[in-house]
Amino acid sequence: MNKVVAGPGEAIHDIRDGVTIMLGGFGLCGIPENCINALVASGVKDLTCISNNAGVDDFGIGLMLQQKQVRKMISSYVGENAEFERQLLSGELEVELIPQGTLATRCLAAGYGMPAIFTPAGVGTEVAEGKETRVFNDKAYLLEYAFDADFAIVKAWKGDAHGNLVYRETARNFNPMMAMAGKITIAEVEELVPAGSLDPDHVHTPGIYVHRIFQGSGYEKRIEQRTTRKK
Amino acid sequence: MALTKEQIAQRIARELKDGYYVNLGIGIPTLVANYIPAGIQVELQSENGLLGMGPFPFEGEEDPDLINAGKQTITTVPGSSFFDSAMSFGMIRAGKVDLTVLGAMEVSETGDIANWKIPGKMVKGMGGAMDLVASARNIIVAMMHTNPKGESKLLPKCGLPLTGVRCVKKVVSDLAVLDITEEGFVLLERAPGVSVEEIQQKTAGKLLVKGDVPEMKF
Repeated sequence: MNKVVAGPGEAIHDIRDGVTIMLGGFGLCGIPENCINALVASGVKDLTCISNNAGVDDFGIGLMLQQKQVRKMISSYVGENAEFERQLLSGELEVELIPQGTLATRCLAAGYGMPAIFTPAGVGTEVAEGKETRVFNDKAYLLEYAFDADFAIVKAWKGDAHGNLVYRETARNFNPMMAMAGKITIAEVEELVPAGSLDPDHVHTPGIYVHRIFQGSGYEKRIEQRTTRKK
Repeated sequence: MALTKEQIAQRIARELKDGYYVNLGIGIPTLVANYIPAGIQVELQSENGLLGMGPFPFEGEEDPDLINAGKQTITTVPGSSFFDSAMSFGMIRAGKVDLTVLGAMEVSETGDIANWKIPGKMVKGMGGAMDLVASARNIIVAMMHTNPKGESKLLPKCGLPLTGVRCVKKVVSDLAVLDITEEGFVLLERAPGVSVEEIQQKTAGKLLVKGDVPEMKF
């Protein structure tokens, strides 16, 4: 089981115009920086991106937006990006806003081999428009379908050649369920370790879900809201 | 005198009970963490994947991998745990979180809430708000009683696009503490020096006043 590729360029070599990709991360925390840079360099376009957020103007998915590579964003919150707003208002970019838990669970359903889920999020709101509603135990739920993504690109802290992944702190966020949901899953890690050095009891994503893995470099890990207190 | 934002947070903190798991939204709700009463232990949930959120880090100790749902750098407290976003909303959906505190643009007398979208303005998204209000067992809204034009934000029916229906149980505004019942808003407490008449005048939704309404004390 050797899933190691040389770097981000090789990892994304077959991502073509028009495909659907999932990108892990919450805000700028736990985003696959190396692969995003490689996608920007590749010039691939007309992408549908499933990601909780859309980065900021000059970092994360914002870099892909600057190059007009994204046709549609499926996200829960996109507030931190002026270029995003410009493209949305001009009609260049389509956006589908969905509740954060629904987004996470539609990924999870795909990774668990389940076609759909029922969730109460959005019942009685415009999110429910056109969706099947079912009542269980006197409470209404919306039918939401599992995502169908060509690629999932995730970032982990550590990984091995088998594709086993370990995340760190809140950089875990959407990465595990997106790793499970992609037809092809690409993982970039801060540290690629020899097989056997990760404790199997501590693996977050089993390697079966991961198709390509590489050790990333030059992580900037930009902080969106630096908040501190005085000693 | 209307309450300050800090006093709204301080009043909401009195609703906390020992052993509660609590999700605090962005804005005034975040301030509630500063007023947790002595002798009470609560654990704060951050929906991006943390139970046991601590205060902001000391300068120079920020960790880019450790943020809250507002994308602010934070710390953990002893006994904390990390998990993924699906599990985070799983515990919310399953009713494990005892109390959710969030802000609102409008609340209706039946407990509907609108807090994510203003038609004609750039829509940023609902984030986790729709999941939280659809599932939380107990929701307290922290809000201003009126908008900057002086118009009531406690309405018979929300005018803005809804975040959730029939979910808010209690409102703590700058003027009053109100329960939301089958009969409408019930006035429980008033801000120091604010009269029942003023609250009635600034509440567009159905408001019930039962007997003497005590003043909040700080």
